[in-house]
Amino acid sequence: MNQILLGAGIVLLVLIIGLLYKISIMVGVARGKKEGPESRSNTVNGVFMLLFLVIFGAMGWISAYLYFDDYNIPVASAHGSVTDTLFWWTMGITGFAFVVTQVLLFYFSFKYRYRKEARATYYPDNSKLEIIWTVVPAVVLTLLVFYGLNVWTDITSQAPEDAEVVEIMGMQFAWKTRYPGADNQLGNYDYRKIDAANMFGMDLTDKNSFDDFMPREIHIPKGKPVLFKIRARDVLHSVYVPYFRLKMDAVPGMPTKFWFVPTKSTADMREETGNPDFNYELACAEICGNGHFTMRMTIVVDEPADYEKWKKEQKSWLSKNPEYMSQVPAALKEVALISSGIDTEAGKITEASF
Amino acid sequence: METADLHIAEEHANEAHEHHEQGFVAKYIFSQDHKIIAKQFLITGILWAVIGGLLSVFFRLQLGFPDMSMEWLRPLLGGWITPTGQLDTEFYLAMVTMHGTIMVFFVLTAGLSGTFSNFLIPLQIGARDMASGFMNMLSYWFFFLSSVIMFISFFISTGPASGGWVIYPPLSALPQAMSGSGLGMTLWLVSMALFIVSTLLGGINYITTVINLRTDGMSFDKLPLTIWAFFLTAIIGLLSFPVLLSAALLLILDRSFGTSFYLSEIYIGGEALPNLGGSPILFQHLFWFLGHPEVYIVLLPSLGITSEIISTNSRKPIFGYKAMIGSMIGIGFLSFIVWAHHMFVTGMNPFLGSIFMLLTLIIAIPSAIKVFNYITTLWKGNIVFTPAMLFSIGLVSFFISGGLTGIFLGNSALDIQLHDTYFVVAHFHLVMGSAAFFGMLAGVYHWFPKMFGRMMDAKLGYVHFWFTFIGIYLIFFPMHYIGIAGFPRRYYSFTNFDAFSTFTDLNAFISIAAVLTFVAQFIFLFNFFYSIFRGRKAPANPWNSNTLEWTTPINPGHGNWPGEIPKVYRWPYDYSKPVNEEYAGKMSEEELANMPDFIPQTVPYSETPETNLPHENDLINLEVKDDEGAIVIDTKKEE
Repeated sequence: MNQILLGAGIVLLVLIIGLLYKISIMVGVARGKKEGPESRSNTVNGVFMLLFLVIFGAMGWISAYLYFDDYNIPVASAHGSVTDTLFWWTMGITGFAFVVTQVLLFYFSFKYRYRKEARATYYPDNSKLEIIWTVVPAVVLTLLVFYGLNVWTDITSQAPEDAEVVEIMGMQFAWKTRYPGADNQLGNYDYRKIDAANMFGMDLTDKNSFDDFMPREIHIPKGKPVLFKIRARDVLHSVYVPYFRLKMDAVPGMPTKFWFVPTKSTADMREETGNPDFNYELACAEICGNGHFTMRMTIVVDEPADYEKWKKEQKSWLSKNPEYMSQVPAALKEVALISSGIDTEAGKITEASF
Repeated sequence: METADLHIAEEHANEAHEHHEQGFVAKYIFSQDHKIIAKQFLITGILWAVIGGLLSVFFRLQLGFPDMSMEWLRPLLGGWITPTGQLDTEFYLAMVTMHGTIMVFFVLTAGLSGTFSNFLIPLQIGARDMASGFMNMLSYWFFFLSSVIMFISFFISTGPASGGWVIYPPLSALPQAMSGSGLGMTLWLVSMALFIVSTLLGGINYITTVINLRTDGMSFDKLPLTIWAFFLTAIIGLLSFPVLLSAALLLILDRSFGTSFYLSEIYIGGEALPNLGGSPILFQHLFWFLGHPEVYIVLLPSLGITSEIISTNSRKPIFGYKAMIGSMIGIGFLSFIVWAHHMFVTGMNPFLGSIFMLLTLIIAIPSAIKVFNYITTLWKGNIVFTPAMLFSIGLVSFFISGGLTGIFLGNSALDIQLHDTYFVVAHFHLVMGSAAFFGMLAGVYHWFPKMFGRMMDAKLGYVHFWFTFIGIYLIFFPMHYIGIAGFPRRYYSFTNFDAFSTFTDLNAFISIAAVLTFVAQFIFLFNFFYSIFRGRKAPANPWNSNTLEWTTPINPGHGNWPGEIPKVYRWPYDYSKPVNEEYAGKMSEEELANMPDFIPQTVPYSETPETNLPHENDLINLEVKDDEGAIVIDTKKEE
């Protein structure tokens, strides 16, 4: 019933508008209104051009000022500070070009609106002008390009040897993370070994995998280089942490990486933002299906000492899933027991279960 | 020229009352007349624009008012509204995907190029019709078929393609990944394959026609900038669309025939797939090899249309005609070597990123030249604000706003943060979406009298312009803030993240602006369809324009000019040409005041001694010779 009423309402509205339109035309004809450039509309449109420039120019500035704290989000990585500086330089340069061109565009539209007695200036070309506005943008862009290239080369350079390695894997619809454990070596993986418990497809014939652990949230140390090794196991995802100015796609079949130095611990950020519940969040930036918008993982930036302490407390995946000892080759079982830390808990687990 | 000659013969036969009148089907449906085909493209494009716009209204409501009940959409969307009255999360992605596909390909490629290349190329270069009327007809009907298939995909139970308009595999390759990647994606691929066929048929025709069928005197340096733009657009399309076709074919093979071009090491739905060795990045390279030139396929025709309209209505020659052509050629060339700037953070080798960043930022230079030239054309003009002129000025404004943010995104170091955020959404909606859309609207307002022999209502045009222009800025300007704050695109809602908990007010604001802007388009729709039937009768040359199409009858028939095709003597931008030194003192005030401020391309220099420049006086002798030659050829043609 409501829909019928709504439909009828719309039809009625259209009819009324149509009628008003017809009446306005008839009135116009009856009064002998002028059409074309000499009509009043031309002046009105010219004036609107100027009004638009003034009003929207002001709105732009005011909103940019009002929302500044909302969009200028804190930066918490070393390279992020550099790219932010580059961002604001680019903003300055393009902002200048924006204001100049828009002002000229709308002001000229207003100023040179049709006048009966006026005649346009025949001015088909001017090589000097063309050269000026080819060369000036070229020079400015060259500067921006070289600035950008420098920054980009630094960010994408090899990670330092001592970087903390963290593996991040995207799947529909969650992030998973794996740490190399005490040996600082991530174990091999094979996607065909993936099952409900072995989400990473860890290859347990590789001794590096015995001490790997998989916490529920990512911990990283403040002030030290961190290397994210990134992969996906089903479709494309993208590792995205806004406060670190960090983004890198996770690609099935092609591991990617991103290294950076976090500069503010979670506690620092809680203080800076005044939000006691603040947490760094890992989001997905590449469309990956229904749950794309739910792929969230918490990242905790610790002081280095706290980080080391946290790392020591983590139990290896193998020790939490001892039934997978059956996949470990006989020759390596001894090593597996020690490096996974199972032997220290031997009291709880009987030999028979292996 | 054979087909053209045949048309003439036919025309003459009709005049001789032999009653070869075409039936309704041949005249309006399976028509081979470029003007009818153009209108078919336009009307289909308008229908798609309404659908595409409506989709954006739906998902903008979701983004602006995440708690709102969508129950009222159930009659339309049925099962895509969840039992709790919310929009289904996957259908949200489907709408985003279809909005992109429809707007980019069906509206701004077919609706824009299809309409204006078809309509204007023969009329502005002085040809009877396209080189191949039959291929031209096929071009439309392939597009129509493609449209039908895409439209059908809305009504299947698994829903239309939902993996984003870029359809990156593996998401688009695996029905296990999302239901839209099932039949919906198959239909998408089939539809796009047909669409590409349509584009290629059209493109070959445009290129051939421009090269071969120009009238006497219409050398390339006398072509209107519209034709230059359509010509370059067609070349870009011809070189890039086949690559999309190959990308789509490989995807079809991966989806249905067990190949592994794009798939490797995938574990999904509880099983490990056998595919090994493929690369999803390969698809992205192939896709963007079309995808980036596509941006210019969408934009260049609009820039051409705008050049013509701004010059006409400023009553001034376009400033830097040669520089405009040069910058379009530059943009066309560069558009092929910048594609990987869409892929800075896909894991592509960072060194490649550096190269593509360098090349990408170079493209800003020809774009800047174009903007400065437009502004200089306005300077000291005598500007007539027709609706077309308003939309053209609006286009330049969008082109500036959206173009400048490209300098951020083309910089790989900045793209790390901005990639796939609302900053990108704001950027391309302004620079290619809205700008190209404004070019299309400007074109419709400007050439409507030629298309339908009637005028659109100017007042409604003004209202339409101001609502749309302001509306679009209200939508996309605040979006930059949301993007700088890092909000990712294609998110159903932002409630899962603390980092994206701000801007609820601004998101609601944007949605309201989007709804109002959409509603304002009905002013245009009313004006358009009403004026086709009831609009004021158009004069022969309503905008006092120089180009050839205004020398045809008000309702040009088959073959465009009833008699001979006019000959062209000068470039199309002789507006407000001043009296030369020789005549300066000789003419009375009154004579000067009554001098028209435009000299059509068909007026020989011998008729305008008072405005000729010295080198143009030298051309008069050539004109006479050419005329004698031309007559001989023409009599042959007329048999």
